[in-house]
Amino acid sequence: MSKINELFDSELKVINLGLESFSAELKLQKKQVVHVEWRPVAGGNKKLGSILDQL
Amino acid sequence: MLKEKIEKANQEAIEKLFKAQPTLTGLGTAEKDIPNMDKKTILHAGPPVKWEKMSGPLKGAIMGGLIYEGLAKNEEEAIKLAESGEITFDSCHHHSAVGPMAGVITASMPVWIVENTAFGNKAYCTLNEGLGKVLRYGAYSEEVIERLNWIEKTLAPVLKETMALSGPIDLQTMIAQVIQMGDEGHNRNKAGTSLLIRELAPYMVQTSFDNREKSDVLTFMHGNDHFFLNLTMPAFKSSLDPLEGIPYSTLVYTMARNGTEFGIRIAGLGNRWFNAPAEVIDGLFFPGYTMEDANPDIGDSVICETAGVGGFAMAAAIPIVQFVGGTPQDAINFTKSMYEITQGENASFKVPVLDFKGTPTGIDIRKVVETGILPVINTGIAHKDAGVGQVGAGLVRPPMKCFEDALEAFAESVGIS
Repeated sequence: MSKINELFDSELKVINLGLESFSAELKLQKKQVVHVEWRPVAGGNKKLGSILDQL
Repeated sequence: MLKEKIEKANQEAIEKLFKAQPTLTGLGTAEKDIPNMDKKTILHAGPPVKWEKMSGPLKGAIMGGLIYEGLAKNEEEAIKLAESGEITFDSCHHHSAVGPMAGVITASMPVWIVENTAFGNKAYCTLNEGLGKVLRYGAYSEEVIERLNWIEKTLAPVLKETMALSGPIDLQTMIAQVIQMGDEGHNRNKAGTSLLIRELAPYMVQTSFDNREKSDVLTFMHGNDHFFLNLTMPAFKSSLDPLEGIPYSTLVYTMARNGTEFGIRIAGLGNRWFNAPAEVIDGLFFPGYTMEDANPDIGDSVICETAGVGGFAMAAAIPIVQFVGGTPQDAINFTKSMYEITQGENASFKVPVLDFKGTPTGIDIRKVVETGILPVINTGIAHKDAGVGQVGAGLVRPPMKCFEDALEAFAESVGIS
């Protein structure tokens, strides 16, 4: 059995980064999941991001 | 090099805040004690705003203030006078003062006098009128004016003589105590009001007033859980004002709302306001009212969050969720999330449930813009129309635009574009 199949045979403990719906789906399947509230610096605003880099 | 200058300036700012010693020294009168105040000047909460742009509750409170001063006999006369240009409207913050909700201060109003004895500056605030139909929520009916007259003629004189006997009261220590007694110092002031009564009562009984007057005063304070709010606010105002003008500091030393706009001021940028339209509050409404009735965010009481309490100390005041909405875990999470956007842990205000960690204190505009996490504010909700009053309480955040504009202006001030 390949390593990846071993992984899916064991109990999953998931850290989800990105779309929150991925973690919601896992929760529905009663899997342990922690969603990381991540967002880009300054909401992705390049001008403010550049200012922050210098401050 | 620039980053080091900012870090050093922010450290200096937070140390100034932690060294503050707000002390209640007595009571005075707005016209006599507040700088640059006169009969034809009306102070209000938040950043400066013209009569035409004022929200319903602020207009209502101003109309009530003009009637209380005897400058107008009724609503119509008050509106005419307000529109005439004869009255100067200005921000409480420009006069070392703060006011909850509409924050209206007129010449004859009695004011608490709080001195930050570490730096020698003073701050002023009116006496709290209670909840419901009150001037600060924009109500101006006969009962509102009658209560203001009683505050001026009975409550304030009794308290003034009491304070003359008791001597100054250390508010910093008292606020540190109330944070460990279930208050968060903004929207829950049960412990603070109780401690104040305990402090004053032994001296009040020794004053020259008759028992009926003393009893009325104690009954009024006892029946008004928010009585202490009008002391936490000038305490924090006096503690934060010394931060104004610390070069290179990116910490916020003022947040305030006038019901139309939310404004902030930054330690390194002096007296300049950064304003954006005020948000609508998400909260619990009194029976018969809904969000449709709510005015956008209003009041200077957000000075509490600026100083590291209020919404920032929710974990210390878990029962408050019954007043503003949410769960006990939400209260803890709100406090925890505020560490992401602040300079440090408060040296005096400790949260028992977080292993007595100091409350998150000193909002840094860089961290707010970087993380997208906005300060959380506990607040009351005023009806959008003049003359109605309070309709609920809840949680609100400032507009991000205030912080983004402040960051851009700060960058420009240090030669970055």
